[in-house]
Formats: sequence, C-alpha cells, structure tokens
Amino acid sequence: MSTATVGDLVSQPYKHGFVTDIETEKIAKGLSEDVVRLISSKKDEPDFLLQFRLRAYRQWLQMAAPDWAALGYPPIDYQNIIYYAAPKQQEKKASLDEVDPKLLETFDKLGIPLSEQKRLSNVAVDAVFDSVSIATTYKEKLAEHGVIFCSISEAVKEHPELIEAYLGTVVPSNDNYFSALNSAVFSDGSFVFIPKGVECPMELSTYFRINSADTGQFERTLIVAEEGASVSYLEGCTAPMFDTNQLHAAVVELVVLDDASIKYSTVQNWYAGDENGVGGIYNFVTKRGQCRGARSRISWTQVETGSAITWKYPSCVLQGADSVGEFYSVALTNNHQQADTGTKMIHVGPRTRSTIVSKGISAGHSSNSYRGLVQIGPKAVGAKNYSQCDSMLIGDQAAANTYPYIRSQQPDAVVEHEASTCRISVDQLFYLQSRGIGFEEAVSMMVSGFCRDVFNQLPMEFAAEADKLLALKLEGSVG
Amino acid sequence: MIRPDAPLLLDIRDLHASVDEQPILKGVNLAIRAGEIHAVMGRNGSGKSTLSKVLAGHPAYTVTAGSVHYRGADLLELDPEQRARIGLFLGFQYPVEIPGVSNLEFLRVATNSRRAERGDEELDTFAFEDLVHERLKVVQMDPAFLERSVNEGFSGGEKKRNEILQMALLEPLVAILDETDSGLDIDALRIVADGVNQLAGPDNATLLITHYQRLLDLITPDYVHVMAAGRILRTGGKELALELERTGYDWVDQELARLEPETVEVA
Repeated sequence: MSTATVGDLVSQPYKHGFVTDIETEKIAKGLSEDVVRLISSKKDEPDFLLQFRLRAYRQWLQMAAPDWAALGYPPIDYQNIIYYAAPKQQEKKASLDEVDPKLLETFDKLGIPLSEQKRLSNVAVDAVFDSVSIATTYKEKLAEHGVIFCSISEAVKEHPELIEAYLGTVVPSNDNYFSALNSAVFSDGSFVFIPKGVECPMELSTYFRINSADTGQFERTLIVAEEGASVSYLEGCTAPMFDTNQLHAAVVELVVLDDASIKYSTVQNWYAGDENGVGGIYNFVTKRGQCRGARSRISWTQVETGSAITWKYPSCVLQGADSVGEFYSVALTNNHQQADTGTKMIHVGPRTRSTIVSKGISAGHSSNSYRGLVQIGPKAVGAKNYSQCDSMLIGDQAAANTYPYIRSQQPDAVVEHEASTCRISVDQLFYLQSRGIGFEEAVSMMVSGFCRDVFNQLPMEFAAEADKLLALKLEGSVG
Repeated sequence: MIRPDAPLLLDIRDLHASVDEQPILKGVNLAIRAGEIHAVMGRNGSGKSTLSKVLAGHPAYTVTAGSVHYRGADLLELDPEQRARIGLFLGFQYPVEIPGVSNLEFLRVATNSRRAERGDEELDTFAFEDLVHERLKVVQMDPAFLERSVNEGFSGGEKKRNEILQMALLEPLVAILDETDSGLDIDALRIVADGVNQLAGPDNATLLITHYQRLLDLITPDYVHVMAAGRILRTGGKELALELERTGYDWVDQELARLEPETVEVA
C-alpha cells in the first residue's frame, strides 16, 4: 500500500530542461560602457537608444541591489555574466522556411509550433531565443488591422518614433537596480502597438527561451493601446537545467489611453533549480502599466511556477479618471524556491478602481511572500480597492508571508483587504481518495480549486494549460 | 436478508490495528455476505470508528496483524482509492469540507473512477447531470448543493445526505456507514435511513456503525455486533440492539473484566 505523503508529490522532473545544441555568437563576459556600446552597435541602433542605454548604465553604477525582499541569495557577480548571446544565423529571416530547423524544433518541443502548418490557429507568437527574436507569426494578418507585433529590435528599426515616444516612460531607467540594468543591456523582446479603435483580432503571445548557460536574459516588452483599442497578450518562459544560476531581468511597460484595455498574462516556468536548490533562474522583473486615459483598463494575470528566485510586482498606475487595474496571481513554490511577488496599485485619478487576487502555494522548503502596495493619492476621490490574498501550505516545511501596504491620502476611499491561510489536510485527501480519486488527482483538484479565481482570468487557450502545468509541478513519485 | 449460500463479500479475521503505536483493534472477526445488513454498536472508544477507517485505508492507522479479504482479494494491499473503485464505500461521521472543489465535478470524477473499474464508459458532464439528478431523489436533496464546493457550508444533515448521494452514485458492494445518524434530527434521519434502505439489495451489504437504537428502528439489521476494547464481544440478531437499549452497556464492562481484567479501567 502506498505511503506517499503530500510532500512526495512535489518533485516532478522539469520537462523543459533540455539544451539546444546550436552555434551561438556570444560576447565576452562582463559589463562595461564598451559592452553597452557593443550591444547597441550589434543591433545597429539609432543614437537616441544608445544614449538611453548609456544613461541607464551610469545610473546603475550608482545604485545598490535592493535588499528589502524576503529573499536570500548570494551576491550576484555581474562581471561573470554574458550580456549578449544569439544563435548564429544571418539577419532575421523573411520566411520561417529559412529559420534554422533546430530552432523551430526547439519551440516545437516546447509545445509552441511556429511553422505554418502546425502553429496555433488564433494566437500570434513571437519566439525569443536567448537574446534575439527568431520568428513572429501572423504579422501580415495583424498588419491588415493596423496592429504592429514584432520584436523590439525590429520596432527600433521600423518604428523608431514610437519607441522613442514610449520607451522608458512607464518604467524610468533609474526606477530600480534591475530596471537600470535592463535599460542598459536589453537585447530583445516584443513590441505591440494597437491603433485607435482597433480590437486586436487574435491573442498575441511571446515565448522566451533561455538556452546558454552563462547568459543573462534581459528582455524588454512595450505594449501601447491607443484610444478605444484592446489586446490580450500572453508570455511564456522556460530554460534548460544548469547547476549555475542565470539572471533574468526583464522590463515590461504598458500604456493605455482613453477607453483602451490591455490584458497581460504570464505563465512563468523558468528552471527552478533541483530539489536541493542548486541552479535555477534568478528572476528580477519590473512590470508596470499606466492607465493614462479615462476609463482605461489594465489586467495582469500571472502564473508563476518556475525560477529559483522570483522578485516581481506587476503594477498599475491609475491616472485616468474611472480607470481600472487588476492583478490576478498564482505563485507556486516548491523545494528551495523563493518568491517575493505582488503588485502596486497607484490610484491617482478620481473613481479609479483596483482588484488584487493573489494565491500563493508553498510546498517543500520553499518560501512564498505576497507583497503589495495600495496607494490612494489626494485626487483619487471615490477610489476603491479590493484585495484578497490566500496562501496554501503543502507539508510542514514551507513558509508563506503576506505584506500588504496601504497608504491613503483620500478620506473617502474604500480599501478592503482579506487574507487567509490553509493547508491541504490528510483528512481532505483521504476523503477524496475514499471516493476513488487518486492521490495526485486529489491534490491537483484541491490546488486548482484554490486557484480557480485566477485561472478564470486567463485566456481560454491557456487556462487548461496552466491547470496542467500546476498539476505537473505537483505530480511526483507516489508510493 | 440472510442467505447462507450468498457470496462472501468481506471477511475480517483477527484484525489488529493501531494509531500512533497505540493498539485500538485487538482481534476483530467479522464475515459479511451479500444481502446482509450488519450493525456494529459500542461505546465511544470501543474501536468501531477505527474499524471503518482501517477498512477504508486511512493512512493514520497501521494494521499490525490479521487479514481482511474483499471478495477473496487482500483488501489491505490496496490504496484507499483502489478500495473505493472496487466497491467499498465509507460514509463519514464528519465529512470534511473541501473549498474550491465543485461538488458536481467531484461527484463526476468519483463516479467515473468507479465506472472505469467496472468497465463502464466515462460519463461526460451532460450524461452525468442526468444521472445525478435521478439519484438526488434517493435523498431528496436540493440540486443547488451540486453547485457548491464539496460540503462547504453544508449543515450536518446536508453533509450526511451528500454522503448517501455519493453512495447512490458509486453503487458500492459494501457500504460502511460510520455514525451516519449522529447530529441528525428525526426528519433528516428518516430521509437518510430511507436512502440506505432503497440502496440495499441482494447483491450488496451494509455495515452500520452506530451508538443508538434509533437508526436501527428505521433500518433493520440482520446482525448486531457489540464492540468493546477493540474486539467484537457478542453477536446476535436485531433483538440484541433492543436489549442493549434496555440494559445499557454495563454488562459489557463486566464481561470484559471477566475476559481480560487488566485492560478494563474501573471508573
């Protein structure tokens, strides 16, 4: 008879841990002003962008890494990282037929087929491999609607005026240590522009893949929705298993004008390290959106299951009157993973509303913290926030913390905060088992029940995917 | 219904079990044939609830000696979910609440796992809804309970009805009902007992674990067993339950004291 405990369930081999054997062009390790210039020149960038990078680099030199998060890790040696790596192929290919088959195969294996015959029917994909975007699907179809969806490098070349107008306006380069680093060395990422009045006809998605062992990934994403425009965007991330830690420091900026909306979903499954906490991605990400227009809306949904360390607070600055910010999050940590994640809702304009639903699941020896700020400014008359933070503990070695910060300068604002902690009990599992439901399925039923409020927010194509991913993460050696 | 030639469903021999290294069951013998209704009675702490948990495979209990065969197969080899799939059912005294898990979906997954074992096709959501609405009648349950989370916010009576609904869906061959009568008012008790009677048939068997006669006024047992100090002390027909009602459990203490004086605590 099985003697499995819930703790046994959580050690599932990582399915995306393979390395693609491909010739890569890398620059030497280390960071200096010359390296920043080299990256910029490799990408043949206009001068405004080089100046943006150099300013950020100089700011970064003056800054110190933040130490307020509930995270423990040895100091990162920034001179021991490669800041640019690209699979060796000439310029980005006009047609997918010319893309190295090994790269297509890699994305196939990850369940992101790019080729014409196999690709997802209603999702356009930008595939980013190490530091460069290798392909973007459905570009022409999107262009018919005036939608621009391409890698940010391409946007710099083809739409420099848009990049210059928006880049760094939501997350200034000196916002924090990691945003400064990213601004100096970012290599690729996605750019989305939805013109006035256009509802993007399909889901947009970017898939990030780290392949090289000693390379950092610094992607930059910028999404602009003009008046009355709307888009749903999803990003996914995986990396091979290495026993060293790799740094990932991304910046995502969203801009929404009057009556526009952006729904931004993330399924983050970077390599988390092994069961002893060796290896894994250090994930330091700055994501922020500005609701600049009246009645505009930004909705962040994240499913965070990977990375050794997650430091991430997708935020909304609610400037426009009646604008709405939402944050729905599931963060699962296992083994020795550490996550310090949450959001900031900055209410500036009148009658702005925000909703925060955070579900943290901690298993193994992991630590999972929710950290969130709700700030109501003096002009935010009638602002409202509702926050709900629930934690689920699996086993008795894991930790869950909640750090809610509320600052209100507006006496009639309504701020509600609810929090709960639960544990999957032996008796609940036994109850389900005694009805013929297997141990793993029982755990996964309870976990997905716990996460349902968040999964309901994901685009339909990915909700089932997220459910499966969580089940995989919790699946293991029963018996 | 007693038929000596009916197939033997459950055969418990000299069963010993402990929890946290504390022996609770100390040699239980019990044979249950198809068509029979058994009642196990006894005081709190006599081991009757432990017996039900051990049979269902609760991980907190360790079998230290003896055997249990279910239709000839070694039951103790099996995981709890496998026991359920082959037709053993435990109705809980205190059904747990499982927030976030839809009752309807839970019932469907459970029913399909039992059906798969029997080689029946899986029921999709639509086919299952038809089935569940038919079975709701057994316990006169409001369909609104299907939309809620498993047992969450259910009253005591609603939880017990939900247990019998599960029994009606899983169609077990051996149903063990652990103190199903506890915490029920007379109307709820009647509905639950009525459900159990409807489900009892010549091919299955029921093991009622109870404290009181009042359940047995509504479900007539073929056998009544009195449990004390981890074993079955006496077995009789339905009149044994009536005798207990009249005389109380004092004689049990005396008999136990005679059998093994060292294990009896004198109050």
